[in-house]
Amino acid sequence: MLSYFSNPQRFDVLARYAIPITGALATGLLIAGMYMSFFASPPDYQQGDTVRIMYVHVPAAYMAMAIYGAMAVASFIFFVWRHSLADAAAEVMAPIGAVFTALALLTGSLWGKPMWGTWWEWDARMTSVLVLLLVYLGYMALRAAIEDRMQAARMAAILAMAGVVNLIIVKFSVDWWSSLHQPASVFRFDGPTIHASQLWPLGLMALGYTFLVAWMVFYRLRSRTLIQRARSLQSRREREGLA
Amino acid sequence: MSEFFAMGGYASWVWGAWGGSALAILLLIVFVLSERAGAKARLRELEEDED
Repeated sequence: MLSYFSNPQRFDVLARYAIPITGALATGLLIAGMYMSFFASPPDYQQGDTVRIMYVHVPAAYMAMAIYGAMAVASFIFFVWRHSLADAAAEVMAPIGAVFTALALLTGSLWGKPMWGTWWEWDARMTSVLVLLLVYLGYMALRAAIEDRMQAARMAAILAMAGVVNLIIVKFSVDWWSSLHQPASVFRFDGPTIHASQLWPLGLMALGYTFLVAWMVFYRLRSRTLIQRARSLQSRREREGLA
Repeated sequence: MSEFFAMGGYASWVWGAWGGSALAILLLIVFVLSERAGAKARLRELEEDED
């Protein structure tokens, strides 16, 4: 299936369908999620209304990690099988992932100050997420810095794959080290430990974020076709101009 | 209504987090849409020169 859609024309057909579907799903899920976050879920018995920050904080943090995971898989596929579409996918995902990582840090800070009494703590969870943001930025800087596109793609793929180490640290930091941050309460072997009234808005928002990101990735991949066509037209023009 | 916006005394934290998220996501959407529009305009420009 992977090599089936690595054909640009076939991918274009897929994207044409995927863009309106993911866009509509994201809109519906986010509206429902917002309604549940504010009107259909109670304040927490300890945290009061600050618990509503969770409904934007956790989905952002989850996207920060999921996008990185997807980027690393795409980079691996590109590195091994040389599918240029996989490289393009990794490239268009990077800035989106960086924004969601920054959002996870921002909303975490705005939740930490009233509940923990601090904006920031250099503990394992927070520091590793900051490193994740730096890896995203480094990935983008590396691509921009190397002129030879093929070489840039290959080096960026190596960086993305190496960065998986940090992704694992982000996930397990709360179990391996003592942290201000709480351990996982949704994705656990023994099932979620938070109440349904909070799990519903959280799940809807997280799914809404997922489809929103999928929409952005498909949309950007289609734009890339146009950008590349313009680029090759321009370089041909330059060659002819020089000749 | 004002009770709703007060968020039990945590208004600036809750609305700050939601407002920041909404703003960042809206800017991302604008970027994604304008990227396509920009590429289309550039391509049209180049193709017109071609003729």
